[in-house]
Amino acid sequence: MTETVVSEMETRAGSPLPQGEPASVPATAPAIPSMAGRRIRMESTRLNFHYGPKQALWDISLQIPEKTVTAFIGPSGCGKSTFLRCLNRMNDIIPDTRVEGDVLLDGNDVYGPGTDIVDLRRRVGMVFQKSNPFPKSIFENVAYGLKINGLAPRGEMPERVEKALRRAALWDEVKDRLDTSAMGLSGGQQQRLCIARAVAVEPEVLLMDEPCSALDPIATGKVEELIHELKRDFTIVIVTHNMQQAARVSEFTAFFMLGRLVEHDRTEKLFTNPGQKITEDYITGRFG
Amino acid sequence: MQTPSFRRSTDDRGFRLGTGFFALLVVLLVAGIFFELYRTSHLSLSKFGLRFWTAKTWDPVSGEFGASPFIWGTLYSSILAMLISTPIALGIAIFLSELSPRRLRTPLAFLTELLAAVPSIVYGLWGVFVLVPIVRKLQVATPAWLKKVPLFSGPPLGVGMLSAGLILAVMVIPFTSSVAREVLKAVPASQREAAYALGATRWEAILAALRFGRTGIIGAVILGFGRAVGETMAVTMVIGNNPQISWSLYAPQYSMASVIANEFTEAADNLYLSALIEIGLVLFVITVIINAISRLLIWSVTREVKARASKPVPTIAYAAPTGGGK
Amino acid sequence: MNRTRRRKALSGLVVFLCGAAVVLALVPLFFVFGYVIQRGFSSLNWNFFTKMPKPVGETGGGMANAMLGTVYLILVAGAFAIPVGVIAGVYLSEYGKKSFGSLVRFTADVLNGVPSIVIGIFAYGLAVLPVKHFSALAGGLALGFMMIPIITRTTEELLNLVPGTLREGALALGATRARAAFSVMVPAALPGIMTGVLVALARIAGETAPLLFTAFNNRFMTTSLLQPISSLPVQIYTYAVSPYEDWHRQAWAGALVLVGFVFTFSVLARVVTRRLERMHRT
Repeated sequence: MTETVVSEMETRAGSPLPQGEPASVPATAPAIPSMAGRRIRMESTRLNFHYGPKQALWDISLQIPEKTVTAFIGPSGCGKSTFLRCLNRMNDIIPDTRVEGDVLLDGNDVYGPGTDIVDLRRRVGMVFQKSNPFPKSIFENVAYGLKINGLAPRGEMPERVEKALRRAALWDEVKDRLDTSAMGLSGGQQQRLCIARAVAVEPEVLLMDEPCSALDPIATGKVEELIHELKRDFTIVIVTHNMQQAARVSEFTAFFMLGRLVEHDRTEKLFTNPGQKITEDYITGRFG
Repeated sequence: MQTPSFRRSTDDRGFRLGTGFFALLVVLLVAGIFFELYRTSHLSLSKFGLRFWTAKTWDPVSGEFGASPFIWGTLYSSILAMLISTPIALGIAIFLSELSPRRLRTPLAFLTELLAAVPSIVYGLWGVFVLVPIVRKLQVATPAWLKKVPLFSGPPLGVGMLSAGLILAVMVIPFTSSVAREVLKAVPASQREAAYALGATRWEAILAALRFGRTGIIGAVILGFGRAVGETMAVTMVIGNNPQISWSLYAPQYSMASVIANEFTEAADNLYLSALIEIGLVLFVITVIINAISRLLIWSVTREVKARASKPVPTIAYAAPTGGGK
Repeated sequence: MNRTRRRKALSGLVVFLCGAAVVLALVPLFFVFGYVIQRGFSSLNWNFFTKMPKPVGETGGGMANAMLGTVYLILVAGAFAIPVGVIAGVYLSEYGKKSFGSLVRFTADVLNGVPSIVIGIFAYGLAVLPVKHFSALAGGLALGFMMIPIITRTTEELLNLVPGTLREGALALGATRARAAFSVMVPAALPGIMTGVLVALARIAGETAPLLFTAFNNRFMTTSLLQPISSLPVQIYTYAVSPYEDWHRQAWAGALVLVGFVFTFSVLARVVTRRLERMHRT
């Protein structure tokens, strides 16, 4: 393992460099050997984030490999959602926030001066904790992203909408009522609708912020099945407070604590033989 | 590598500036009214100065422009209206927010709001043909000894300060009561509960709520006063339109808004017009000040509540029938 | 205890007085409505709705031009006041937390309290004085200025009620801020915004003072923005202060129509809102 041995709360956790190496080594070298062979879709390099005067994230550096599921776990308030939102610059809409460090999408800095945020957000989609369908019809919800980004001529819309709904395993349930209001769907269906809406624009990366936390176990199961299917086409990052879920759906897991990245490794390794003691404490605390 | 503060895409800036421009228009509108009025009344302002507001005779035909009767008329009629309407409006507010059975609340509230929806001209019409004859009968029936009191002296014309005060009172009641009701709604239930827990009677618990919201209630009353000051049509039709200063309720008098309404189109020369506009300018400034004070008072109650509680507090006085005189 | 009895008696008295206040307030309401209906109804006839005013002494005249004039004026007013008000409201709900937003909010409230006759003087200076004649445009401007603060504030409040996650959802799909606001947030708040607009329109339809020297009056029908135009409230006023019996009767009829119009509009606004809200929920 070329990972550095990290002492507790050492801020350079997750760095690909053995201790002592200068920081100018390019950050695109995958940290975890098992990532080699997969293209790195997104990565962050020493990301620091501030809400006004308060710092929330310290020196986060990690890589997201293509067409895999990466889970972010950690206790409440550890910064995993904040970090997720940095990836598609959703934190920009909060006033007084500040970012230091880089976030790269396919090697390009998303915080760079030439970045088109609107395009970024189409390429890096997001599904939220509480489903937020628009008060429009089911069809219009799914078509929304297509329309505003000009991704499909009008004639193609129904086809694209159907494709997205199938991908979200919702088509059979709603195909007869596409014109009815989305607000009439159940909670689980609404969340799958939001997933359909997000995948309709064919993002490259799909960010999911605790997508199942408001759902019952059956709906949760359906969404997890969905994630298994979706990862064939999309790179997925999922924030979850449920470790069993992380273990079930992800290939890689990153453990956050108090705004720092403590450990990032293959899921099976992290859960069976974690490198850090705090990770072990956290995990065993939950698994009981 | 350090990246400076977060970047916005250019269309975000465009959106902010674009919509901000329209918001700016609102501010410019108010500023514009002030400057426009100031500009067009300049002739009168520079010619008469402060004498305009101390002189007592208004006789434009012979060139005398004394506007103090109008201030008198406006203040008298508005204060009279507030004296009559405030207890009633507060009673309604208390009844609707604290005392009435739930089922009655909406229909009763709706009915009092209906009072506010009646256009001013309709009140004026009713005032001229129904209220004034009644008042005249009342005046005729006043015992002789009472007529000696300056408050009740003068011939029984029907039109005059009393009619104006009554009609203004009716028009202001729904306004004050609806704002007061919103203030009372914003008072947290814990205030009343604390009183009850100490063994208070119904009224005493209500008093506790009133005490908490007292600045807001005062604000509601002042807001109503501002409404009365600006009221035009109904007052014009029943006040008698006589530019005299009199303590008598029975005497026909004149208000600032009324003289503008009546004489604006008759004003033959620029000086006359400018004098009328000056009256309008002062009316504007007075109502702005009154509104500003009352909004601040009302706002201080909601701010206090927000500071104490964590649940959202309704914004006050947009449910209220709004607006100055009609 | 004697003291307790007194306190309870006082409480009871106050409760009674408050109830009496409500009754007392409703008396003039029924009084006014009653008279308007009684005196106005008998003068409502076909002529009233279809004919123009006739010269004094001739019967059979009507207020057709006044009614159409009112409709025309509120359309002119709405044409600029609604977009300005809604967009300003959007600004306040998106960016209004800072001090400029507070300033705008404050001035909107202040503008709301400005007497309508003063707004009339303003519109006079703006649109009548330079061209030296009265016009429907001037009247429409005056009425529109009155509408702007109402629409701005109701739009802002309703947009604030729409959950912020809808905005985030739209942004996350690649919408620009503007797109998110106008294609998601505003449609979500639309029922309420429409009520606000309709109620504002109903209110200005009844205004007289600002029209007295802007739109002035017109014995004939006109569709030109640059001509003076008749309106229902002004016509009622003119007739009411005249010495002619026939005109008085027409004034009552006009008042009945006006009250009916304002009333129906307000009720309509609430019904439409509820309908739209129900559609949203399905």
